[in-house]
Amino acid sequence: MKSIRITSVAVGVALALSLAACGSDPTKADTGNTPSSSDGNVSIVVGSASFGESEILAEIYAGALKAKGIDASTHLDIGQREAYIGALQDGTINLFPEYSGNLLTYFDPKATATSPDAVVAALKTALPDELEVLTPSAAEDKDSYNVTSELASKYGLKTIADLKNVPDLSLAGNPELQTRVYGVPGLKSVYGLGDIKFTAISDSGGPATLKALTSGQVDVADIYSTTPSITQSHLVTLEDPKNLVAAQQVIPLLRKDADSPTLEQVLNAVSAKLTTQSLLDLNAEFNGPDKPKASDVAAEWLQQNGFA
Amino acid sequence: MSGVFGEAADWLGSSAHWHGDGGIPHRLAQHVAYTGLTVAIAGAIAIPLGLWIGHTGRLRGLAIAFTGALRALPTLGLLTLVVLWRGIGLTPPITALVVLAIPPLLAGAYAGLESVDRQTIDAARGVGMNEWQVLGRVEIPLAMPVILGGVRNAVLQVVATATIAAYIGLGGLGRYLIDGVAVRDYPQTLAGAVVVVVLALFLDGIFALFQRFSLSPR
Repeated sequence: MKSIRITSVAVGVALALSLAACGSDPTKADTGNTPSSSDGNVSIVVGSASFGESEILAEIYAGALKAKGIDASTHLDIGQREAYIGALQDGTINLFPEYSGNLLTYFDPKATATSPDAVVAALKTALPDELEVLTPSAAEDKDSYNVTSELASKYGLKTIADLKNVPDLSLAGNPELQTRVYGVPGLKSVYGLGDIKFTAISDSGGPATLKALTSGQVDVADIYSTTPSITQSHLVTLEDPKNLVAAQQVIPLLRKDADSPTLEQVLNAVSAKLTTQSLLDLNAEFNGPDKPKASDVAAEWLQQNGFA
Repeated sequence: MSGVFGEAADWLGSSAHWHGDGGIPHRLAQHVAYTGLTVAIAGAIAIPLGLWIGHTGRLRGLAIAFTGALRALPTLGLLTLVVLWRGIGLTPPITALVVLAIPPLLAGAYAGLESVDRQTIDAARGVGMNEWQVLGRVEIPLAMPVILGGVRNAVLQVVATATIAAYIGLGGLGRYLIDGVAVRDYPQTLAGAVVVVVLALFLDGIFALFQRFSLSPR
């Protein structure tokens, strides 16, 4: 009987907590509720945006911190940047796996930095006082120009500049690529490419863009650099030595009052291991036929990289 | 909000948007061409089939189930599916739009024939008409308002949905919608949507007139 009563109390408490959680709006200021544990260290709540890669990265941060004895949990699927930056600022969450370039343009829409170092330097001055970023990882999720391996070997394509060897160059990508600096205008002005026949395909480098590329209807396609189809279709991602596309390094964004030497040490170690290839592999596994949970994909990565 | 409407009105009023390959007349012509091609192909398939079903009364249950299933297909999903099969080009959007246009055309044709009074048909047979004559001289003329209603329905749906051609890089009025959203140029998106609505209302008006004339006794 007693155990039943305890269970029902526990269920009641859990229900009340979850209801309270439902009631809290992550975009609303809700000051002074930064969770603290008894040993003086702040307990960490890692947030994520609502897409797989962000969720996996949040689980990786949380898992690595837990393995070093830091009290860490996750608050996934917060949605768009406006919502989760608000949640960071009011302390609902205190750590977030961010992308350097997009985070910079969020706080400074006029930013022009594109190289990885310049983006991080600009980011450090653009961030509000209560937030900071740690050392970035080499992993980047950004627009990238891809060709088939056949075309790459036929014309000796390694960097974007080599596209000048391709006659009647045709490009597919989202419609904004036609006007954005990193798109057609930049290909001409930064890399000196001539006429480009542009086809707008509005699936953000999804299956239709991939089909247009692999069937030879276009020569180059803009596909996000961590899309599993890049590996699966053996595409060659052209190098961008002139940093036409702004860097989007995965970088830990956190509240300064959540920082501690141990936390920095753990997150820096994680960032040191993360590469664009790891993101590709993680995304490929997450989207694989057995549809694993983000936490399981993260746990496996942590295990393989010695964080568990 | 009034800001966006005002800017959309300015966009429509700007002479720069009324000529050239990206101008409204050219986009409108492309849009009408996609619509016309789609309805012609769908009509060539659905109307003879619908007339046969309506005249013979055969396979009616199957036709209802089949067109119901076609209506449930998401057009954008079908477009992507055809792209994966055939690559980009005119085939995927026209295929997806034909599938969209078949159900109302088919339903108009067989429902139109069914609406014809059985006694009239029996009378036609009684005066010695063969089956083709019954169909051509009695059933089709009497069913014309309903058949045209199906065509009107199909044209409206196709005009409104032909914007998806722009999803895979073709022209038409969808370009304004899709390009506008991509660069957050919402006045352009709204202006494009207004042009689609005006075109749809204009075509609907024409069909309303046709239907009225086909109703009047000859």
